[in-house]
Amino acid sequence: MPYRSHVSDHSYETGIFRFRAIVAALICLLLIGVLLTRLAWLQIVDHDHFADLSENNRIRLMELPPTRGLIYDRNGVILAENKPTFHLEVIPEQVEDMDATLKGLAELVTLTESDIKRFKEQLKVHRSFQRISLRTRLNEEEVAKLAVNHYRFPGVDVNARLTRFYPQGESTAHVIGYVGRINAKDLTVIDEGNYRGTNYIGKTGLEKYYEAELHGKVGQQKVEVNAQGRILRVIEKVPPVPGNDLVLNLDIELQHIAEEALGEFAGAVIAIEPHTGAVVVFVSKPGYDPNMFVHGISHKKYNELQHGIDKPLFNRALFGQYPPGSTFKPFIALAGIEKRRFGIRESILCRGHYLLPGDETKRKYRDWKKTGHGMVDFTKSIEQSCDVYFYELAYRMGIDQMHDFLAQFGFGERTGIDLLGERRGLVPSTEWKKRIHGKIWYPGETLIAGIGQGYMLTTPLQLAEATATLAGRGERVVPRLLREVHMAEDGSIKTREPSKTQIELRRERHWDAVFHAMEKVVHGTWGTARATGWGMKFKMAGKTGTAQVFGIAQDEEYDAETIARKLRDHGLFIGFGPVEDPVLAVAVVAENGEHGSAMAPIAKKLIQRYMEKYTPEKLKSKRKKHARK
Amino acid sequence: MPANNSQFFDTDYQSRTSRILQSLHIDPVLLAGLLLLMAAGLGILYSASDGSMEIVQRQVVRLSIALLVMFFVAQIPQHQLYLWAPWFFALGIILLVLVLVVGDVGKGAQRWLNLYVVRFQPSEMMKLVTPLMLAWYLSEKHYPPKLSALLISLGLVVLPTLLIAKQPDLGTALLVAAAGFFVIFFGGLRWRILFGALFAMLAMIPVLWQFMHDYQKQRVLTLLDPESDPLGSGYHIIQSMIAIGSGGLYGKGWFNGTQSQLDFLPERTTDFIFAVFAEEFGLMGEIVLLSIYAFIIIRGLYIAARAKDSFGRLLAGSLSMTFFVYLFVNVGMVSGILPVVGVPLPLVSYGGTSMVTLMAGFGILMSISTNRRLIAK
Repeated sequence: MPYRSHVSDHSYETGIFRFRAIVAALICLLLIGVLLTRLAWLQIVDHDHFADLSENNRIRLMELPPTRGLIYDRNGVILAENKPTFHLEVIPEQVEDMDATLKGLAELVTLTESDIKRFKEQLKVHRSFQRISLRTRLNEEEVAKLAVNHYRFPGVDVNARLTRFYPQGESTAHVIGYVGRINAKDLTVIDEGNYRGTNYIGKTGLEKYYEAELHGKVGQQKVEVNAQGRILRVIEKVPPVPGNDLVLNLDIELQHIAEEALGEFAGAVIAIEPHTGAVVVFVSKPGYDPNMFVHGISHKKYNELQHGIDKPLFNRALFGQYPPGSTFKPFIALAGIEKRRFGIRESILCRGHYLLPGDETKRKYRDWKKTGHGMVDFTKSIEQSCDVYFYELAYRMGIDQMHDFLAQFGFGERTGIDLLGERRGLVPSTEWKKRIHGKIWYPGETLIAGIGQGYMLTTPLQLAEATATLAGRGERVVPRLLREVHMAEDGSIKTREPSKTQIELRRERHWDAVFHAMEKVVHGTWGTARATGWGMKFKMAGKTGTAQVFGIAQDEEYDAETIARKLRDHGLFIGFGPVEDPVLAVAVVAENGEHGSAMAPIAKKLIQRYMEKYTPEKLKSKRKKHARK
Repeated sequence: MPANNSQFFDTDYQSRTSRILQSLHIDPVLLAGLLLLMAAGLGILYSASDGSMEIVQRQVVRLSIALLVMFFVAQIPQHQLYLWAPWFFALGIILLVLVLVVGDVGKGAQRWLNLYVVRFQPSEMMKLVTPLMLAWYLSEKHYPPKLSALLISLGLVVLPTLLIAKQPDLGTALLVAAAGFFVIFFGGLRWRILFGALFAMLAMIPVLWQFMHDYQKQRVLTLLDPESDPLGSGYHIIQSMIAIGSGGLYGKGWFNGTQSQLDFLPERTTDFIFAVFAEEFGLMGEIVLLSIYAFIIIRGLYIAARAKDSFGRLLAGSLSMTFFVYLFVNVGMVSGILPVVGVPLPLVSYGGTSMVTLMAGFGILMSISTNRRLIAK
């Protein structure tokens, strides 16, 4: 058609347009159909998946960590408590610019490199909206600065958290131990479920031993949160069960007395009640401040403690193994009369040295008193600590009989105290030497063993435990620091019967003989600790001891003045009192203390104070007795 | 297509009321659809704003202003629009250039022209002016338009589109381009050219990619794999899909959408308001809401089909389809099948600028719908 009329052109156009409008409408409907298909896919096919995601967004399970149980001494003095401290915490999701925030915060509070390093490590593994601790233990000034500048740092908060605190510091460090951040090694032994939300775990001492009692049970709450992580409401809540409180046998006053009395010496003082096994004093010096460990100690500080000359982290009472020296003599003398190797009234002549019968080298085994003690019997051998008597006794008994008798008192084995890692000490025997060293036992070694030297090793705790057994006339009780547990759930009190064994002697009066001889050590005219016994309000039995740090060659003068302090002999003392009815047995080991007799006053002070506090009637009756005389 | 194929849409039925509306240049069916949509939108906004009466009131004020604008524009006779078209277009282009030279920067883009009284967004105006200009140009051409006419039309679309894309404002550029395209489509663009152009555009995508800003590229990448950056740019899409998906068939109920009420859903009163609705009313609610939109679009196309002349037809058709593009891009983006571009859900999203433009567009539609009758008499 060469020419189109205006009208037909118009209707042609209208026709095309209407067709296209219908096409357009259909395309619209089709595309709306596409949208609805997509929506139906999300809302019907994938509904469960997205419903889960939506719930995960909204509902958060929060652990409610339990409050750790407290630790008290026997009189209710607090030894471990939980104190609120202020922590700087960050919710990373709410921080816009982490680097700028950290930089800004560093201007307000001290942030060490290790703080930031630890923070960044946690940042990598944290759950969403979990708070990460950036700094612990803010001081008041820092808290105030942060409060003023809080608006500048979204996602940054200062929160009060309960932190373990040891008010007695060094004094109880070796008993209570400390808690520290849970590390990978801890995770392998704990029930992780119960430790969700808990940051700290007992690392040493009682904190570790009684971790199960102290920790409590984790609680849980289901909360609804918004996108900023703010809790809007609690949907479900299972409250945590706090840890149980521990009451110890320890008496912190006596503990302080012992510490002070030990003075500058490194060493250990243990006091145990006979019959109950209650550990009243447990001192290992030097101590350290356990509070340093709660928040993570710096490497530098830790190395200082670890490698310091006095090794403050080393628990001497538990791990320290010392030659018992003369403190073994009461036990060996008792063995002699018990095993019929010596009569109670039998005397031998002490000339200041001893020759091993049949020894062709004629080696002289020397007494500490070069001039000799003259005629020495059972009592005098202990009172004056005559070495020759014990050489002879050892020669007559032999090492194996000695070993078997001493083992009855717990030497050479763990006491079973409620602390971990205790050492065994060592009481040698022929069998032992063959097994360990592959060599036969020489008779000369028996003599050295007879005066508590040579291979003999004991821990201060063992020594105290054996002394308590002696004081209890053979009633051997496993020493315990824990007196009772106060249950958090119902307030009831849980105690445990002490586990006991009895050492039976042939004659009951053998105990009296040892008591008498040991009393003479303190109160006799020639007793090695007679200086202490002067003017005492009660009768104390005891035994001094000196442990050589290194052996001295034949005929060489031993001059304590000229060698370094560290090479001086260790001074030891064991004692109990009152003799008539012992209430407390004490063992003291003072490294490089030189003289055991110098340690006797420590035992005296402890027993006296103990009696004043707990058994004053025994002190009074004693005085009346004196008055009557 | 006969004019009276549907009793429902037939406005020839003359009642007293319809005569009054007629003289006020109001199309009652279209107005009913718009009012219904606005009412539903206010209900959704009330919940999305966490029950903020203040926000709802502000939206009511905006809607009222927009309705007034619509009413005012409806009074402008169609031939007047025809006369003004080239001048408006020239003015719009000048303003767009001005924006690029002296415009204010907001949210990383230069979109605003500060007139000291009001801040003005010339790109918004181009959504109406571009189809107006093209309708003016093509209505004079014979069907089907010659190649030269098509090329000139193409230039008229591309010029404002590029100027807006340069700001950059991808969402508006897209809508302006769409508005222009629909005029050409209704203007009788041959199908084979249409499909040819579509393929050419697909081939152009890699070239286009080179010209895109980093954040625009990121949006496209995010669409392809939202999980690649769940806390960054993927966060919007993931949370939006969670909101929609967890809504299920019947929804969680008004005010009960946890994704929206607990702040997990970002931009929930503006661009992502559809996700709030989807979460709270489910698929059933969406079908109802999308039906209202479909009703408005089809009514717009019906008005276009019944327009007296070519200019009115092309303009009305284009405006109706632009409204659909708004809807499709927004819902597509919220449901994760299109990249995130800043296109609001028309007449429902909180905010004023686009609403006034949209309602001015409906004003033009109403002017066109009543124009037919006035001339007929």
